[in-house]
Amino acid sequence: MSIPAQSAPSGQPGAAGRPDARIHNIGYRRYEGARLGASYARRSLFVHSLRGSFGIGRTARSKVLPFGLFAIMAVPAVIMVAVASTTGLDELPVEYTSYALFMQPIVGLYLALAAPQMVSLDLRFKTIPLYFSRPIDRFDYVAAKCAALAAALFLFAGVPLTIAYAGGLLAKLGFVDQTTAFGRGLVATAVFAALHAVLGLLIASFTPRRGFGVAAVIGALTIPYFAVTAVQAVAEEQGSAGAVGWLGLFSPGSLLDGLQSKFLGGTSGFPEELVPSDAAGLGYLLVTAALIVGSYLLLMRRYRKAGL
Amino acid sequence: MSGSTSVIQTESLTKRYPRVTALDGLTVDIGPGVTGLVGANGAGKSTLIKILLGLAPASAGSARVLGKDAAAEGRAIREQVGYMPEHDCLPPDVSATEFVVHMGRMSGLPSTAARERTADTLRHVGLYEERYRPIGGYSTGMKQRVKLAQALVHDPRLVLLDEPTNGLDPAGRDEMLGLIRRIHTDFGISVLVTSHLLGELERTSDHIVVIDGGKLLRSQATASFTEATASLAVEVTDTEAHPHGAEALRAALTGAGVSVAPGGGHVLLLDLADDSLYDTVRDAIADLGLGLVRMEQRRHRIAEVFEEARP
Repeated sequence: MSIPAQSAPSGQPGAAGRPDARIHNIGYRRYEGARLGASYARRSLFVHSLRGSFGIGRTARSKVLPFGLFAIMAVPAVIMVAVASTTGLDELPVEYTSYALFMQPIVGLYLALAAPQMVSLDLRFKTIPLYFSRPIDRFDYVAAKCAALAAALFLFAGVPLTIAYAGGLLAKLGFVDQTTAFGRGLVATAVFAALHAVLGLLIASFTPRRGFGVAAVIGALTIPYFAVTAVQAVAEEQGSAGAVGWLGLFSPGSLLDGLQSKFLGGTSGFPEELVPSDAAGLGYLLVTAALIVGSYLLLMRRYRKAGL
Repeated sequence: MSGSTSVIQTESLTKRYPRVTALDGLTVDIGPGVTGLVGANGAGKSTLIKILLGLAPASAGSARVLGKDAAAEGRAIREQVGYMPEHDCLPPDVSATEFVVHMGRMSGLPSTAARERTADTLRHVGLYEERYRPIGGYSTGMKQRVKLAQALVHDPRLVLLDEPTNGLDPAGRDEMLGLIRRIHTDFGISVLVTSHLLGELERTSDHIVVIDGGKLLRSQATASFTEATASLAVEVTDTEAHPHGAEALRAALTGAGVSVAPGGGHVLLLDLADDSLYDTVRDAIADLGLGLVRMEQRRHRIAEVFEEARP
């Protein structure tokens, strides 16, 4: 049998003086230490997934895209600060609350890469049963994955905001204005991250094929957005400005845009920079909450059958 | 364990799916050691494992693992149990070390302990330098060892191994079976190992449980299976001196005290009592000057056990 039970020759250079040196098998050692249970495992899965979404702990090749996209994401923030400080503007050209939406194509691309990487691989290589045969269950798994992707998106969009904020302060833009706007920007980014994380994971969890996942996430983010934008433009042309606000409910991008313009004092990208009415604003809140909760529940349901 | 010596205990365990009954009133009591769970595909082996891990509720009856109720204390059971699935379950782009460390943490081990245990466990299953390379480049045998390592990394008290020899060549099969034996003898961990081949489990297991159609057919110590299941088939050529080679060999072997099954024509079936039989057969054939066409171990298929067990 090739499994050594007793000893194996070492062949180490340091053992040159004693050619018969051997590594002795010290036998099986029991583990008597702490077993930290499901909540620790959930936290570990969160950290593992968060690191994985930036390619940390994986091959060098899988770090290229996340960090490349992150660099592209941060460059406008740096340029904004540079422009504001050299030309003496009293505020930054892009608002904190709409920065993530302004950079939507880049964030969307990152999401399309990170979401399938986070769930499709476990499905494709059938690693799920190994998780569920341990103390954690599907609720822990889904919670850890959603939290990890939301945190990754928050970092991805929030760090450039922080760069802009720090630069803004150095350029002596008003401290109070900047801080309030930055705080609102962080809230907008958090909602953005939560909504996109659950949507992205839900879509990605339906296919074990990573490529399909990438395409499906990009499709789900862009197609409704372009459709809504086009119909909004038509509604504006025909003079029904009220409809523009309601139409914004039908895509994740316009939903968040309406939300930040209505509640966080930002400027919307809707025709004529229209701000949704109070009734529509309530609709934005409800639809956002319903999308997050609904997608989360569907995700739980998705993993009911993914066990052993 | 508090007072009880059972590792796994089921009581009238029944699992019904909308179309099939996977387990039908299964009552078994499995003690420490290596237990082989034998059954054809669809006999209910995987369903039983799912219930034991607390991942599927039983339709009726109860199951206890390490003294804990599988329906109510699944998490506590899974902390103390390791599971090796039948199918592939390894991501190809990470190394065995990284993967097993991660799985150790998923079992609740602190990071430092997970790393130490991973190094120990991979050594015990026989993975050395290759453990730093991505799993995608491993042979089937090496992958099986990684799968086994992730089931052992948290030093469980019981491991459930689902068809661990699937896809292995005969040498790999023997190594895996030897390793499974060591899990109990050297590591002191009880093992429940499934297979659809009774023959390969009889050498490894202390106890064999046979199920079919979700029902218990047999549960008994391995010794009582052994005599019925191992035999050696020998086929020889005829020569001018011995126009009926098989008959000549039969006479020679019977003279040497080997019991030869009656009938069989060109193939002689010998009782494989111990390994000295091979030498006896070789010498007898050489003395007669016959050509040896083949000599192979015959294992009784599970179906034969079913036939014996059925009235």
